[in-house]
Amino acid sequence: MSEDSKQAEAVEEKPYKPTSPSTKLNFDGFWDYDDAPQSADHVEYKDQYELFIGGEFVAPEKDRYFDSLNPATEEKLTSFGEATQQDIDKAVKSARKAFDKSWSTLEPKERGKYIFRLARLIQERAREFAVLESMDGGKPIRESRDVDVPLAAAHFFYYAGWADKLDYAFPGKKAKPLGVAGQIIPWNFPLLMLAWKIAPALATGNTVVLKPAETTSLTALKFAELCQDAGLPDGVVNIVTGAGQTGSAIVNHDDIDKIAFTGSTEVGKIIKKSLAGTDKRYTLELGGKGPNIIFEDAPLDQAVEGIVNAIFFNQGHVCCAGSRLFVQEGIADTVVQKLRDRMETLIVGDPLDKNTDIGAINSEQQYNKINEYLEIGVNEGAEMYQSSCKIPETGYFCRPTLFTNVGQSNRIVQEEIFGPVLTVQTFRTAEEGIEKANNTPYGLAGGVWTDKGSKIFKTGSEIRNGVVWSNTYNKFDPTSPFGGYKESGEGREGGLQGLYPYVNLQ
Amino acid sequence: MSDRIEVLKTYKTYAGGNFPRTESGRYYKVYDGNDNILANACQCSRKDLRDAVVAARNAQKGWNGRSAYNRGQILYRIAEMLETRKAQFIEELETIGYKTKKAKAEVEASIDRLIYYAGWSDKYQQVFGTINPVSSSHFNFSMPEPMGVVNVWAPEERPLLGLVSVMAPVIVGGNTCVILASEKYPLSAISFAEVLNSSDVPGGVVNILTGFRDELLEHMTTHKDVNAFFYTDPNIVQEQRKQIDENATLNLKRVRRKPVEDWESEEAQSPYYITDFQETKTTWHPVGL
Amino acid sequence: MSALTKNNFILKISEITKTVPIDEVGVEERVARLNSRSIKKESKVQALKLALSMIDLTTLEGMDTPGKVIQLCQKAKEPHAALPDLPTVAAVCVYPNMVPVAKKALRGTNINVASVATAFPSGMSTLDAKLEETQQVVEDGADEVDMVISRGEFLKGNYSYVYDEIVAVKEACGDAHLKVILETGELQTYENVRKASDLAMHAGADFIKTSTGKVKPAATQPVTLVMLEAIRDYFYDTGRMVGMKPAGGIRKAKQAIQYLVLVKETLGTDWLTPEYFRFGASSLTNDLLMQIVKQQTGVYQGVEYFSND
Repeated sequence: MSEDSKQAEAVEEKPYKPTSPSTKLNFDGFWDYDDAPQSADHVEYKDQYELFIGGEFVAPEKDRYFDSLNPATEEKLTSFGEATQQDIDKAVKSARKAFDKSWSTLEPKERGKYIFRLARLIQERAREFAVLESMDGGKPIRESRDVDVPLAAAHFFYYAGWADKLDYAFPGKKAKPLGVAGQIIPWNFPLLMLAWKIAPALATGNTVVLKPAETTSLTALKFAELCQDAGLPDGVVNIVTGAGQTGSAIVNHDDIDKIAFTGSTEVGKIIKKSLAGTDKRYTLELGGKGPNIIFEDAPLDQAVEGIVNAIFFNQGHVCCAGSRLFVQEGIADTVVQKLRDRMETLIVGDPLDKNTDIGAINSEQQYNKINEYLEIGVNEGAEMYQSSCKIPETGYFCRPTLFTNVGQSNRIVQEEIFGPVLTVQTFRTAEEGIEKANNTPYGLAGGVWTDKGSKIFKTGSEIRNGVVWSNTYNKFDPTSPFGGYKESGEGREGGLQGLYPYVNLQ
Repeated sequence: MSDRIEVLKTYKTYAGGNFPRTESGRYYKVYDGNDNILANACQCSRKDLRDAVVAARNAQKGWNGRSAYNRGQILYRIAEMLETRKAQFIEELETIGYKTKKAKAEVEASIDRLIYYAGWSDKYQQVFGTINPVSSSHFNFSMPEPMGVVNVWAPEERPLLGLVSVMAPVIVGGNTCVILASEKYPLSAISFAEVLNSSDVPGGVVNILTGFRDELLEHMTTHKDVNAFFYTDPNIVQEQRKQIDENATLNLKRVRRKPVEDWESEEAQSPYYITDFQETKTTWHPVGL
Repeated sequence: MSALTKNNFILKISEITKTVPIDEVGVEERVARLNSRSIKKESKVQALKLALSMIDLTTLEGMDTPGKVIQLCQKAKEPHAALPDLPTVAAVCVYPNMVPVAKKALRGTNINVASVATAFPSGMSTLDAKLEETQQVVEDGADEVDMVISRGEFLKGNYSYVYDEIVAVKEACGDAHLKVILETGELQTYENVRKASDLAMHAGADFIKTSTGKVKPAATQPVTLVMLEAIRDYFYDTGRMVGMKPAGGIRKAKQAIQYLVLVKETLGTDWLTPEYFRFGASSLTNDLLMQIVKQQTGVYQGVEYFSND
């Protein structure tokens, strides 16, 4: 090699590749945790669920049903009615009638009390909901028990209190309900997303027609039972099950005043387009490719934990997942070494086992998509590292995965994978880190890790994301607004700001 | 005594703090109230739009980086400059058929509107920002942040008040904008650009083009480096409205339509015009030793 | 001596004691997550026995007598007569004047004698007196020495004093293992705990230990996690394995198992041995025994069925 080409190589920018560590920790060994399955004995669910319209369960007009699988076993769990145009008509009519006749004429404080009831009913039956959520969707019981279900209850509790205080939320204006809200939610946090949608809609005096995702409809229909138990007036909440066509029938229904959608950017754009030229209001919570920026002065061990929470929470099926890791060059090896060690302790397996950290990938389709991206990453020249954990033989499971030696233009860096797959890049200056973080059409959420307060504020204000987690990641709270910049969506859910999409200001 | 020959004004566009002619070399005729030709206005092309968006994007970070107090002062300065040129604007409105009283009312309302929004510059954050009492050990707050670059169709009818009413809330919140002036009455807008230019408004914060809506609609609403589109037309044809919405899906552009009928009414100003062009950013941080 | 080598470079005290940022909320969240591990069935029995084998059975009271120490040594040798094949505890930990008693009582066993030294628990004495005390307990047969650091000097930033003192005591220990007590309850912040851990390890500690048991709070899981992470980083840097001993306030089997989970998931299984992990405790022993019997018989146990020494 000539001296010149050596020099050329020296200045050429290379993607980050970790050096191999000289000392290694050993996580194998003699003390493995035995199975600790959450008992599902007390949990009841039906073999088949009809649609929930006008306060009762009714068979779909075409009498068609589709199966829902437990993704951890690939076995059928139950089946759901497929709602078609006629069913949606019926649901919207019942929601409209409830809006006109009961819900909008009810005293706001009484409206609030119904919502408080729902919160309490979820709390009372929390364990049951958690188990069902894990069986239906594949998420670890630790998360459905500690995150999804308590947060769902908290959402209802929070918004219940708003019902009779809307005059204080919008200075100088009177808030009026919109009417009937059509709501379409994803499969990653089924009950929690239902709560995010229904709680503010009801608190502001709207009625709803909600469609859960076709792979995870179970807890929504269990929630319908709670609506009955709570004595909620008929038609205030309607739940219709089905896939894309059912959703499309809701989006395009003439008598719906507002669409709230959480899902992919691709579908979000289709919905936005469908609504073009109409007076329907809408909120969209879409995809993301969250940057997680680690500065060299960060609390590293907590940052590593934050990285794990950012990308491996809920199998990485999180729109705000921190899927792009940016580490300042001087600490890259240290961080990757710590991260690999930490990944070795992640337990992948039975969602109902209390020790499981990463459960089942939600569906075969998603499982295939993630595996395709793993292949793409390898073909793009990235280096793949996966933890050595055991995974079950049946069911859709994916090892936590790390890609180094990646470039900004790689597809695995650009596209949302929605799985436990992290890419690692380095940066030298804060400016470079921020620039790379912003170099994406998405803008949902991101993390910043540094011990320096002023750097937190500077970086936080320059990254174009709706949520900035500084020295933490993937935290949620009903009081805290959530939603994206750019192609990650429009509008906010949660907090006072989350009321706005459901009211007309006069 | 011989009549003095009047020096006529050439109406150009305003982009990046300069007054370029349209790159296309095209013009269209602007008439007064009696169908007499008043001036030739630039018939801007998509390339003029492209350049204006670049100017707006380049200016956005710096503009947002100014203190709220400073932005308020600059808006106030625009009002001051407009006040000193009141007579000119009244006269200009008269040429297009305004009665003096109405012209005066419009100019004065425009000045007052600028001051209204100047005063909001460091307050809307306080009214619409929140501290969120999350249940974990974190400090959590939400603040409005500008969307970025906003393309605007100024109202067709009120050439000055309409323009000021759509511009002020957009820029006071740290956005920059490209405004397409009233097609029929573009002259006040260009004269207003001269006011902007003498009012400490950094170049590129407000860019004003003249030309045809039908021609520029496509690019104003599809441009992928534009974050929002703002228009007001109460009588827009359905087909065009749909097209605007559809084009906006390309990059999830936020579309805001305010079909205001009377720009002197109360409904024509409120802090909600500012927040319409703000994103909410929520920040979390642990609380510990 | 105020320097140590790392990768052949001389490290200054200021580098060893560089502040490592630690976020309190993050540490506590991590502990909460580790605490959510559910240890059942055989893995629980294994853990209970392992914890038993890691105990430094301790009595450190002004009213200790030879009789009390001898009883404790009996317990150490045979924790529960009804279960003959249980492991013994790792060591018996006593005040210096009780070392000969303990040594004699434990003769012929694998159980070590540990002695606190260096003006335990305050450490408020001269270096000479501390060294003399250390030499004495080693001469009397102590296999392990539990020293305290000079917290006053540490908190006022006199790190080289603390460092030199540890180095000197380590030298005085000879072949005996040195455990360095940081007294984390007096160090105020996790960053200080980390700094003191780094200082102690670089100065030659074989173990780092949380507390004397005389100051509250004594051992906590977040503090232990911070120390385990310090041990891990030191291992990454030097390849040397340093042991960990939380002491004080660990009374229940459930807590002990939580500590074991912390070790397993922070340092890996190589540390899950009495050679590298100890509990400074006394009443923990009986709770572990009760749980072991419960696991074997399925019957919840009563305290009166276990000897209280």
